Amino acid sequence: MVKAAVDLHIHSCLSPCASNDMTPGNIVMMSKIKGLDIISVCDHNHTGNLEAVAKVAGEVGILFIPGLELETSEEIHILCYFPSLESALNMQAALKDFYTDITNREDIFGEQWIMDENDRPVRKVEHLLTAATKLDLYKCVSLVREMGGVPVPAHVDRNSYSIISNLGSVPEDLGFKTLELSRYTTKTDFLDKYPEYSGKFLITSSDAHDLGMILERESFIELERLSVYDVFERLKGCGG
Amino acid sequence: MTVKDFTEQFGYEILTCADKADKTEITGVYICDLLSMAMARVKDGNMWVTVHTNVNIVAVAYLTNAACIVIPENIEVEEITVSKAAEKGIIIIRAPHTSYEICVNYYLKSSELSHG
Repeated sequence: MVKAAVDLHIHSCLSPCASNDMTPGNIVMMSKIKGLDIISVCDHNHTGNLEAVAKVAGEVGILFIPGLELETSEEIHILCYFPSLESALNMQAALKDFYTDITNREDIFGEQWIMDENDRPVRKVEHLLTAATKLDLYKCVSLVREMGGVPVPAHVDRNSYSIISNLGSVPEDLGFKTLELSRYTTKTDFLDKYPEYSGKFLITSSDAHDLGMILERESFIELERLSVYDVFERLKGCGG
Repeated sequence: MTVKDFTEQFGYEILTCADKADKTEITGVYICDLLSMAMARVKDGNMWVTVHTNVNIVAVAYLTNAACIVIPENIEVEEITVSKAAEKGIIIIRAPHTSYEICVNYYLKSSELSHG
């Protein structure tokens, strides 16, 4: 068994609300310094920086899970984890039909940069990424699974953009086996408040918007081996 | 009717930018708790009533040029939201009433003014 230190929710400079220092190189090197074994970058509604992060992570030997933080039409944030870059890019292609056409105002929301693996800017995304997509929760979940991904409700303890705050509970028919907790609560405090989720696999990530926020070695998942396959088995509720 | 007229009439609490309240006209009301709907529908000068207190409401009000944000039922507003609103010049009001009652009050007050 491996006890892997993880941070599976990090924003890059593609998310308008994240610092421009969150370049692919900086994210990976900071994660390396902090001693993390597995990371995932999950930008709002776009996978544009995953390729660059995957390249840098590969070079320094950090296991990288391509991710996405999708905002459903109910304004619920769903982390979507993909087993390969290809699968994440297929999701990106599918997402095009579901964007709401609001132009980003950089003076209000911030810049949305796609970078290459050398931290050079490639282009900016013009439409606002921190807005709800036209995908409702059920469609979102089935689309992610169709692409081979695993959907995980984000920061379910928070009072905004969370499945519990917006719907009142986690609907059982969606089959979520894993829930993400924000760094502002603990598993014990969360389960005291919501004992009905004691059967779920709870995972804490940082939701980092700047480099300092990336987790230290403080959130762990136990795996058979340090591999993408094993992480997915765990997130899907198998193994562990 | 200005934001000040409205809040004084019903004793609502102004949490941010009180100095702008007598210079800001309310042109109408929009009620919605989904930020993406509000972003698309709040009209210039509208009073926007929402139970949402996340800091992003400030961005939505700024983007849409809302007259003010009204938080019903005395819901606690996060500190970061209050400081961001103050920084961006967005008026936030808090009322003990429900969203429905706030709008009824607005309607009655504006009818009274238009009929003298």
